[in-house]
Amino acid sequence: MSMDTSLTTRAHEENWLPILELAVEEVFEIMLGCRIKPADKDQPVANQEFTAMVGLAGELCGIITFSCMRATAREVAIRMLGPEIADSPEQTSDALGEICNMIAGNFKNKLSGTDGKCMLSVPTVIEGAEYSFRSMAEGESIETVMIFEGSPISVNLQLHS
Amino acid sequence: MENVLIVDDSSVMRKIVERSLRQAGLDLKKVVEAGNGVEALSALANEHVDLILCDINMPVMDGLEFVRQLSTVENAKGVPVVMITTEGSENHVVQALSAGAKGYIRKPFTPDQVKEHVLPLVGKKS
Repeated sequence: MSMDTSLTTRAHEENWLPILELAVEEVFEIMLGCRIKPADKDQPVANQEFTAMVGLAGELCGIITFSCMRATAREVAIRMLGPEIADSPEQTSDALGEICNMIAGNFKNKLSGTDGKCMLSVPTVIEGAEYSFRSMAEGESIETVMIFEGSPISVNLQLHS
Repeated sequence: MENVLIVDDSSVMRKIVERSLRQAGLDLKKVVEAGNGVEALSALANEHVDLILCDINMPVMDGLEFVRQLSTVENAKGVPVVMITTEGSENHVVQALSAGAKGYIRKPFTPDQVKEHVLPLVGKKS
């Protein structure tokens, strides 16, 4: 696939949603040992209480966010570390940041033509639902809602135009 | 029994890497942790380790720069380094191996991948 076409256009033309969903599924299966699938289209999603984000810089430029409820975030940390170790809010945030980081890396690695042309930032995690998010990356947006342990998790890719 | 240094800015990931090493069959005597390349270089001034596992994307000093500087550390001469990172591009692999890394594992990783890439470096069968 040529890099002549802008990545935002490619995201639209190539339909990157299944690639993003596969990246999420693989991270959960390998690191948490559980299979997750996209939610039904009418799945309600409340204001999520934890949001992890990783920036993309270079030819693929934008931001990937991963958000879920507090109980879901804690379950993710427990699945990653075990209940005896995942015992603090700091570790929950850390675990969520790493999940987002791996989703971003796994997604990027699945795209052709981005080899060495896209860098990831270290993750940032926001705790709390009452915030406004305004990305300067006003381009194509891809979002998926998936179900983990009966609760929705949201993964969003916002590309710079 | 091995002493290992695990370098990653995520304490969660350091614990997961340690657990994966134990699952792979390594008998870990001591696990030294560092959150970035500078902390890792500082730790190596006082510790001798048999194996280093290192992330790439970290604040302060990234993993590639850490590996480049490792050749100047007397305590680390000949110690194998395995990168464990979300950066999966061939460009990153080439940079890491050129800098002196002996192995490269992409996150997310399975315990079998750790076994395959790490055990031969410490003289064990994978």
